[in-house]
Amino acid sequence: MTALTILINAFENALELPISEINDSLEYNSHKKWDSTAHMILIAQLENDFDVMFDIDDIIDMSSFVKAKEILLKYDGKISF
Amino acid sequence: MDWDKLIELPIYQLNKADKMPIFNEHLIQLAQHHYQQSENYRDIINFLYQGSVFENEVPALAVRLFKHHLLKSINDKDIFKITTSSGTTSQQVSRIVLDKENISRQQKILVKIVQQWLGRKRLPMLIIDHPNVIKDKFSYSARGVGIQGLSLFGHHHTYALNEDMTLNMNAIEEFFEKYTAEPVFIFGFTFIIWQYFIQALKKEKTKAQFCLRNATLLHSGGWKKLQEQAVSNQEFTAQCQQVLGKVNVHNFYGMVEQTGTIYVECELGYLHCPVWSDVIIRSKKDLTPEKNGVEGIIQVNSLLPTSYPGHALLTEDLGVLLGEDDCACGRKGKYFRVNGRLAKAEVRGCSDTQA
Repeated sequence: MTALTILINAFENALELPISEINDSLEYNSHKKWDSTAHMILIAQLENDFDVMFDIDDIIDMSSFVKAKEILLKYDGKISF
Repeated sequence: MDWDKLIELPIYQLNKADKMPIFNEHLIQLAQHHYQQSENYRDIINFLYQGSVFENEVPALAVRLFKHHLLKSINDKDIFKITTSSGTTSQQVSRIVLDKENISRQQKILVKIVQQWLGRKRLPMLIIDHPNVIKDKFSYSARGVGIQGLSLFGHHHTYALNEDMTLNMNAIEEFFEKYTAEPVFIFGFTFIIWQYFIQALKKEKTKAQFCLRNATLLHSGGWKKLQEQAVSNQEFTAQCQQVLGKVNVHNFYGMVEQTGTIYVECELGYLHCPVWSDVIIRSKKDLTPEKNGVEGIIQVNSLLPTSYPGHALLTEDLGVLLGEDDCACGRKGKYFRVNGRLAKAEVRGCSDTQA
């Protein structure tokens, strides 16, 4: 699986969203399903799937699908989206 | 207000002479902002003070005003979230109007303060509650907000209780076995920890003792129910340590009306004021400031609220100012103790919602 597929699957599982809605325009809190509760579930999912441990500042900063990609790249230089 | 600079202030290191000029200047600016932006706030101030205000003192609003009025200093289109205080259905709850900017500021300040006590690293986290407390939107009050806010500081979040508030022994034992040796973070509301965790664990016959080596337990939500059972803070801490092992126990005081600026108890058992807020103890008779050591009504001032006029609030709690800049723990700023609720005030602490 490519990193992008893993990322999309993580969003799909954590936020319970159809894949069609997971794209670069997806933003925290602009979608009803991505609220503060779902956010921590998403964080746990991403940490599990990418085997990383985010800093608190990055958890707060992860405010969109695009931002999630940026932050993950910081932790794992080997992946690409 | 220059938050880029304000947020960098050292949290417990400024003494009165360094803090108060900065704090007062910004509090007055904030009061003027709310006076301009909130019609309700302007009406209240004009009625009570005929407009001659904010020169050197910012008046406090009674916290219960937020139960009866939706006070806001932003346009409706900018309202992002309205949080409510804890309270059962029969009670009126406070409603706090927030925009994105205010939420983000609350979160950043909370991070700054909590990291002083937990360190910068996220820790395995045991939450003394049941998982549905954050899922069920109906009970999503201060209890859910509190758990969620503090979840940020943990990873591998584990809930210690089942939905019927019984112990989830499998989850607890698994957590303690896995993380016995490393630093862990335990969070919950005071009464729930006492009744449904510590007391329940003591009743468990199989294995009522754990030996954590490096845990930090933060708890909050009010002492009313424990005072009824005559459980002191010292007793609470002692029993937590007896059952769990080596654990640093810190109570903290805070309220949904000023989310972000919490007052954490130091090693000596005193609540400490962070640099972005101030505490004034006022006389029960005439609301003049009380001397150190004398019980009065707690007023909390905070620089955080911009979307609602909650910058200066007279609470319904009683407390005692113990000193300023001279706590033996080494932290600067005011330190105080909370004694309980003002008589006749309703039961309202977060942990008291589980009757």
